[in-house]
Order: sequence, then structure tokens, then C-alpha cells
Amino acid sequence: MSEVVEEAILQHLSSPEATIEDTFSWAASKDLDHNSVVGSVKSLWADGYVAITELSTSSYTLSDEANEVVANGSQEVRVLAALIEAGEEGMTMPDLQSKVGKGVCKIGMGNCMKNKWAKKAGDKLVATKAMGEVSDETQDRLKALDAANGAEGVIDDKQVNLLKRRKLISLVTLKSYSVTRGAEYAPKRVKKAADLTKEMLDSGAWKSTPFKPYNFLTVGEKVGGGYLHPLLKVRAEFRKILMQMGFQEMPTNKWVESSFWNFDSLFQPQSHPARDAHDTFFIKEPGATVSVPEDYYERVKEMHEKGGAGSIGYRYDFKREEAFKNLLRTHTTAVSSQMLYKLANQEGGFKPARYFSIDRVFRNETMDATHLCEFHQVEGLVADYNLSLGDLLGTIETFFKKVGITQLRFKPAFNPYTEPSMEIFGYHPDLKKWTELGNSGMFRPEMLAPMGLPENVRVIAWGLSLERPTMIKYRIKNIRDLFGHKVEMARTRTAPICRFDDQTA
Amino acid sequence: MPTLAVERDALFTSLGRSYTREEFDELCFEFGVELDDVTSEREEADKASATKLSKKQLSVFSDSVIYKIDVPANRYDLLCIEGLSRAIKIFLGDLDAPQYQVVQVPESDMERMVVQQSTTATIRPFVVCAILRDVTFTQERYQSFIELQDQLHRNLCRQRTLVAIGTHDMDTVQGPFKYEARAPSHINFVPLTHSATQQTFDAKALLEHYETEPACKHLKPYVPIIKDSPLYPVVLDSNETVMSLPPIINGSKSKITLDTTNVFIECTATDLTKANIVLDTVVTMFSEYAAKPFTVEPVRVEFVDASSQITKSYITPQMYTRNESASVSFVNSLIGINITAQKMVELCNKIQLGPATLLDNDTMLQVTVPPTRSDILHAVDIAEDIGIAFGYNNIVKRVPTTATVGSEQPLATLGDLLREEIARAGYIEVLTHGLCSIHDNFTALRRSITSAVSLSNPANAEYQVVRTTLLPGLLKTLQHNRSASFANGFKLFEISDVVLPDDKHVVTETIVGARNSRKVCGVYAGPTSGFEIIHGLVDRIMTLTEVQPEEEYIKNSAKGLEEQYRVSREGWYYTIRALDTDDVNGHASSGTYFPGRAAEVLLTKPGVEEKMSIGTFGILHPEVLTNFDIQYPTSALELDLECLL
Repeated sequence: MSEVVEEAILQHLSSPEATIEDTFSWAASKDLDHNSVVGSVKSLWADGYVAITELSTSSYTLSDEANEVVANGSQEVRVLAALIEAGEEGMTMPDLQSKVGKGVCKIGMGNCMKNKWAKKAGDKLVATKAMGEVSDETQDRLKALDAANGAEGVIDDKQVNLLKRRKLISLVTLKSYSVTRGAEYAPKRVKKAADLTKEMLDSGAWKSTPFKPYNFLTVGEKVGGGYLHPLLKVRAEFRKILMQMGFQEMPTNKWVESSFWNFDSLFQPQSHPARDAHDTFFIKEPGATVSVPEDYYERVKEMHEKGGAGSIGYRYDFKREEAFKNLLRTHTTAVSSQMLYKLANQEGGFKPARYFSIDRVFRNETMDATHLCEFHQVEGLVADYNLSLGDLLGTIETFFKKVGITQLRFKPAFNPYTEPSMEIFGYHPDLKKWTELGNSGMFRPEMLAPMGLPENVRVIAWGLSLERPTMIKYRIKNIRDLFGHKVEMARTRTAPICRFDDQTA
Repeated sequence: MPTLAVERDALFTSLGRSYTREEFDELCFEFGVELDDVTSEREEADKASATKLSKKQLSVFSDSVIYKIDVPANRYDLLCIEGLSRAIKIFLGDLDAPQYQVVQVPESDMERMVVQQSTTATIRPFVVCAILRDVTFTQERYQSFIELQDQLHRNLCRQRTLVAIGTHDMDTVQGPFKYEARAPSHINFVPLTHSATQQTFDAKALLEHYETEPACKHLKPYVPIIKDSPLYPVVLDSNETVMSLPPIINGSKSKITLDTTNVFIECTATDLTKANIVLDTVVTMFSEYAAKPFTVEPVRVEFVDASSQITKSYITPQMYTRNESASVSFVNSLIGINITAQKMVELCNKIQLGPATLLDNDTMLQVTVPPTRSDILHAVDIAEDIGIAFGYNNIVKRVPTTATVGSEQPLATLGDLLREEIARAGYIEVLTHGLCSIHDNFTALRRSITSAVSLSNPANAEYQVVRTTLLPGLLKTLQHNRSASFANGFKLFEISDVVLPDDKHVVTETIVGARNSRKVCGVYAGPTSGFEIIHGLVDRIMTLTEVQPEEEYIKNSAKGLEEQYRVSREGWYYTIRALDTDDVNGHASSGTYFPGRAAEVLLTKPGVEEKMSIGTFGILHPEVLTNFDIQYPTSALELDLECLL
């Protein structure tokens, strides 16, 4: 259909001077639907075939009631005529209604009374004017409008309003166009291509095909494909950093631990509050550890109860039952402890080592926006002869420089299995403020001696959560939006690559 | 970490110094405590109230500034304003550490506590005691005295289970004192909570009262410590006056008032070492207010057997002041500093380890550990304090020089490389929780409840077991993202651990009865089931891990160039076998899948006789979808990764 209309328009404009004065009348003359003519005109205009000027024509149309007035006279005149016909006797309302009709009676009566063309005499109505004494102005005005095809200005505004109020006329605005040839006029339309296709390449049509201009201000298609989880992107970078620093990954795929490795081997007393049920997930089944290295167990027990290696110990009764309680590890240090035990007892004896892990730990805590019952702990440790707190400070400094944090401060702290212990604070470039970054310390001799490590071997260690730096990096306020099944996939799709501003580079 | 709330002005008065908030914050940081919050009673009341309080209502609360200070968990001597300000003053060099002293009392005059060992042994075996003479209380001191006991009860005493402190007006009772355990019906007294009404209870009735009476709800948590014991511990004077029913409540008769001058302290305990630490802490803190500051009178504790024979005895408080030594070079080496022996002696005075002396040609530092410093166990504790006094932030940073080689766990390498590839194949990675409900892990998957690692005390009731499958986490993720578009299929995956009961698995010579197992799990949900898509992921994982399909398995498939270029490990093959979804005794995951639309993956590898099943895949059963509120047909796979190493 649109091609037919377009063709007719271009045909009409085939001589340079030809114009379509008004699409409305032109459409009527060609017996075409005006809306489709307008659609084609606009489409041709967009490609420069035609030039257009918008026309706006307003006119009054007469209602059905108004057409009846034009034909038969206004209601008031028809009522007057009926009353005159009834003579001096007049008519009752019901009679009048049956004579002229209910609708005419109602409007006509009102106007007759207002114009004082009739009066009431008891229950009857009597005419007070002869037909020659009145004129039917309503009919006259409508006739005048009708004759002028409803053109504006034929009757004055006051009269227009009067007729509008009687709902006899209404104003209708018609949008149409006058059309002349455009800069790109051609008698036949050639469609512009939106995209380059294989057919164009095959046929060579791309050489002659005109292309539509491209709107660059819309976003591209989504790339599709899969996406990695933001926390694990950060994990990958942290692993890379630690390996760059010469750290060896520990096998931490062990969530169920004995209290022995999780607490006792770290010289954490059996009455320590962290071992309360409201901090630690204890296990119902399998509730108890089956076996531990017995020689080592005895040395640990001895250290707790009586001390040794220069320590006075905790001086309490060490309970096997407590040590054998199974739990979900509360820190990956439960694995670090095993690594150090193995390091001390390996073939060829102790050798210096750097270890790291990033894995899940569990705390039986009340959950809130920043705490879940499980989270990931990043942990690094170095075992070597005669290490000092200065080595720990320097190692931590290197690590944080790698993630772009250069300003650090260290606060004395307490941790049952490290001495000295320090909390790490740093000026965070994303947060633009000082914030706690992690914990650190040197493992106590009471922890290392029972393992069989040489006396002058010291172990420095630090740890932090993986979730917090990830939340800062990806601007996540609630940890549930990061870890667990309530993560929005849109967030995963949008997460940028994880880059740290390596200040050691 | 315990928090101590102190009035700022009172603290500054006690310190004899004044600070801005920032200055005090800085001092705390260097000293090793943390100024956690600055508030006032008024502010706290406003915060705590559910409705907005009017100015008038608020005006009854003091607006004097309160500092909330976080104290390290092993520094019981910093849990009251007396101890904190004393320690800071010493740290600043404004005060010499006090010398605590147990007054010498002739044996005949010494107060005695007689312990009925045969009865107390069953419930709460130990007691230690001390007497503070001629103490002057004020309202503030009294308040602090009570609060220190509360702090100790909360922390070191582990909610009174290990140690419970009872303090008494010594002039209202008559020694020698007795500590026994008696049947609850034989303990009748007016408890401290009922001093006003002087109502008498027997012990059983009293505990029941505390369990239910809202006004006594602060005591309710301690009731279970003794409730079910046939005998309850009780401290009495020689006239059978009940002084306390440890660890619950004291008697009204011996109540301490502001007019009390002589204080009898008893600490009953299940742990004697802790009891001594608690007693020493209370005594060192409040002997400050004795007529002769920092002195205390001892009590002899005698244990007697059923025939009243003394079996053992000791004198408390220990007020254990001891010498500890650390070599000068050790301290320098451990901290990474190089200061002189004389400088160390000076620093020791700042950190309450004075007086310190030098031995062995100034190579050995001998310090005096006061009874307040029960945290000092080893030379490293001395070194740490010297480090703090030196200033951690003044230590020169260095890095360990021994070269080591970085490396990663093979299982982590495999997992990470596969994660990248599976994401490349169009799957979105998720990270879900390891803890879940029995319903999600078994029932909702139409699996029978088999053994899993179960938790004994979860704070969150949903956490009943450690997952044995990754599938519920992925299905819950689908459920949560149900408003996303599924038109082109929704693909998720996770590589993580599940935990399986296993009483043979040994790690570090230890068997705990369970082992982790690393899995890869993937799901597809869309307008159609996507079975072929998930099947394709199985084949892809095998290709990536260098395992080739058995001839029989692929004989019906068009062989593309891929087969020609496939690289596989020698002797590694896989095939697919339909899962009998009708056999209820069949594969554990059978019920999860739509009948006839599930298979298991079988692996052959060198050195293993039989084909091993390494996992299953298929279309999920519609009832499983309903259980997880998923509207679209879904297919899933779950494979073991460790066997593909």
C-alpha cells in the first residue's frame, strides 16, 4: 500500500513546479486515506525526496442536532409555532411534548420562556408573540456556518460560544501538509540500506547501495557469554600476588576440623571464649575426631597444662574430649598449623617456607549486612630462622602495596596464638579514609615448640577477609549481595575486571 | 573484645591530664586499646528507646561524655577505670608501678575458709578468698567495683561457669567460713535480690523464681550451671548464715553498702588458675582504696574430707609477683630493633614490668611481673610489651631474605582453569553457601536423607548440614533471579566443595570422619529442557581435561574435525550410561531427574580396574522444580573434579 501512495505522490510532483497544496484535499481527490498519505510523505521527506510545510486547519462541524435545526428550525421556534397553533387556549406540557417531541419541548420551552415568547397560564402555556415578531437566529447562524463549511470567523465568538454551549457545533483541527519536491527528488524511490549484508557482498550491490546514516548514540548489543563471580575475580588476583611474593598454596580443602588442630595446637586454651558454642559451629555427626598424632598431642597437652620452652603454660586440666570435638574450622590457621607440623617433621628437617591460602571459614554468628556464617579468609605466613616483627611489618607492607595501599599503621592487639600481635590499619584509596585491614602476629613459641620446630625458627603471619576488599572494590554494601544465592546476575555481568594499583611495580 | 565504658572527665581527672578526642584516640592506638565510641547516657537512652523521647524525658539522663574503650581480651587489669588509668599513667611515666603486698598476719589470727571437699568436688571444687581492710567506698568506686565483677564474669569467668565472685561486708558475718555443697532444700536464705522484702527462699524455689521472674532475667542464664545438680554449692559463715549461692547470687545479710569498710571476697571455681587470676585482679584494682593502699589480708583455705581431716590447704590471694627473664638479644631480635639493655630497663617501667634489672653482664633482662599481668607467660610477652613501649610504628620494616618458590595446589589450578573455560562457554558463575537445610540438600531434590555432616548448635535454624551437593545453591540462585530473561536459556555454574562423611580419610595423621570433595555443577533453565546443552557441557569438560570418549559412545555422532585434533591422556576414557530413574535403590541422585532423561558419567583411567561413576546429569524432575519454585524446564550436571586431576 505505502509504495502505491509514495508512487502517486512522486508522480504528482513529476513537473518541477507541481505541488500538493494540502494533503487533506489531495487525498480526498485521489480517494486515498489521509493518514497513509501523511505516513508516506514523512517517509519521503526523511530521505529528502520531498519538502513539506505543516498545515493546520481548524473548522467547526455541526452536530446531528444542529443539522436538524438547519432543516427544521430551532427548538424554540418549533415550540412557538405549536403554541401559536393552539391559539389563546394554550397547551398543557404533556400535550406540547407529544406534539413536538420530548427533547425539542425541553430545550424549546426553556428558550421561549427566556425570550418571553410564551407565558404560563395555569397549567397551560400560551404564546405571546406571533411568528412574524421573532426571528430564528440559531438556525440562521448554523446555516451560515454550514454554508461556509464551518470556517472560522464566519460568526462572531460570542455566538460561537452560545452554539458550543448548546453542543450544536465543535471545533476540529486538522493536521495536513503542503508538499513540494525535495532536494533528492526522483520519480522513483530507492530504499537506503540499514546494514551491509552477505547478499550485497555476493552481488556487489554494496557499491551502489545508499546506506542510511547510523545512530551512534545507542548502546551496543550485550556480549552474551558467561561471567565469573566478582569475589573469585578478587581471589584470583590475591592468589597471583601471593605467588609473586614466593608463597606456596596450602591444601585447605578441609572444612571439618578437630578442636585439636583448630584451637589446641595453636595454644588456644580450652576455656577460651572463642570455643563457645555461640561462636563456633560444633558438629553433631561425626561429633568426635577419630585420631590425631598421639606424640604431638601429648606435647600440646603438656604445653597447655605445664608449659615448657620457656613458658609457664596455662596451668589447667587439658581435656581430650574437648580436643576431639569436631567443628567447622573457624580459621584457615587450622591448616597452617598442620603445615608447620609437617614442615618440622618432614624428611631432611625444617626448611624455610612461605605459605598462603584463601578459603572458606565458618563462624556461628548472627548475620547482618557485613557478616555471614561463612566467609573467605586470606592468610599468609613465613617460617624462617630468626624472623622479627620488622619482617612481618615489611611483608605486610609489600602485600598491601601490591593492592595499592601504601599508608599503613599497626596497633598492638591480642590474639591467643600470636605474640606480638598487631591489627593492621591502612589509608584506603577507594574509601579515602583509614580503615582496619586485617590482623597479624608472630606465632607463640608454645605453639611452635610442640611441633618440633627448631627453637630459633619463628613464624610470622597475617590474615584478612576476602569479602571486605571485594565489597570495597565492587561498591557492595550488603554481603548477601556478594555471597550466596541472592546475588543478582546483573551484578555479576556488570562487574569489571579486578585490577589493583600495584605500588611495587 | 571486652568494652569498658568510662566517664571521660573522671578518666582525665584520674590521669591528671586532658586530651582532645583525637589525641586520646592516638594514645589508645599506641597503648594498644581502641577508643571505639564516644557517647553519653542520654545518647544511649535515645538510641535504645523504640519511641522518640522528649527533651524532658532525656534530661533525666546524664549528658557527660562516655568513652567506650575496647580492651584486649587478655588484659583483665584494664577492665575498670582504676586499672586503665593506672596502666596509662605508668605508660606515660606519670606513675611508678605500685608494689602490691599481702599483709603478714599471725597464723592464729588468719581468717579461714573450710571446704567440704567431698561435696564441693561434685559441682564446683575450688574457692579462693581475700580480705580488703579499711576500704573507703564512694558511689563511683562502688559502681566500678560492681562493674569490674560483671566484666570478669562475662569474660575470664566465662559467664560464671569457671569462676564466680562473691563480695561481702565482713562485719556482718562471722568467720571461719565454710564452703560446701548441700541439697537445695537445705539452703534457705534471703537473696540479695530480695533485700527490700526480706523474703526467704529455698535454693530450688529461688532458681525457679529466677527462671521465670522478668525482674531477675539477668540471673536466668546462670541457673542451668547448677540447677540439675543434686547438691548446690553454698558459702556460709560460722553461724550458718548463707553468704552466697555460687554462681548465682549472694545472700542479703552480707550485702556491701557504701558504709562497708572491710570486704570479704570469695571466688568459687571449677578452674583454680583462673580463680586466682580473678581474685588477684579484683584485689589489685580495689586495694587502691584500702587505708594502706595496695595491701590485702590473706585467708587460709582448708580442704577437709568427710571426717573433717584437713587434706590440703593454701593461702590466698596469691598476689603472685614473679621474676621473668628474657635475653636482651632475643628481645631485639624478635622485635627487629636494636636498643640497649639500659633502654629496655627504662621501657619495662612504662609497661608495668618494672622494676627490671640486668644480669649476666647486661645480656639478660629480668623483669618483675606483677599479679595484674597474668597474660605474661613467656619471654615473647615481655618482648611484645617492650615493642609496644618502643612503638610498633617506629620499627624499621624489612622482608625475610630466604628465597622461596610460589606455587598453587593442583586442585585449585584445575578448578580455576575450568572456571574460565566454563564461563567462556556461556555460564555465569555463582558462589553459594556450604551450609544448608536437610530439606534443600535431600528432600527438595527428591533424594532420601542419607548421612551428611550435621551441625549441633546452628544460630540460624536453616543451617542443619554441610551440603553434599552443589545443586541446591544453583537452584536457589535460579529461583532468586526468576525475573531475569529465560528466553535464551539461563546458564549457571559453580566449582566448589561439598563435604562427605568419611571415617577413613587421613590428613596430617588425623581422621576427623569427613572429607571435602570438589565438584563442578552446572544448570540450564529455559523454554525447553536444554538436556543437550548440559550434555554438551559434560563433553566439553572431558575434552578440556584430556579424557576421550569411548568408541561405542560416539559411534552415532558425526565425527567432526574436533575428534581428529583431540588431545587425550593415555588410557583415559569416558562414556555415558542411562540412569535407572525408576530404581529407588539405584543411584542416590536418581530421584532428582525426570524419568528416562538422566545419565551418569563413567570414567576409565589407568590403574583403576573398574569404570568409576564421576557424576550425573539430566533433566530435573518437575517436582524438584516446584520445590525450588522454578518456572522453566531445567537440566543439570554435577561431576567430581578430583578424579579428573
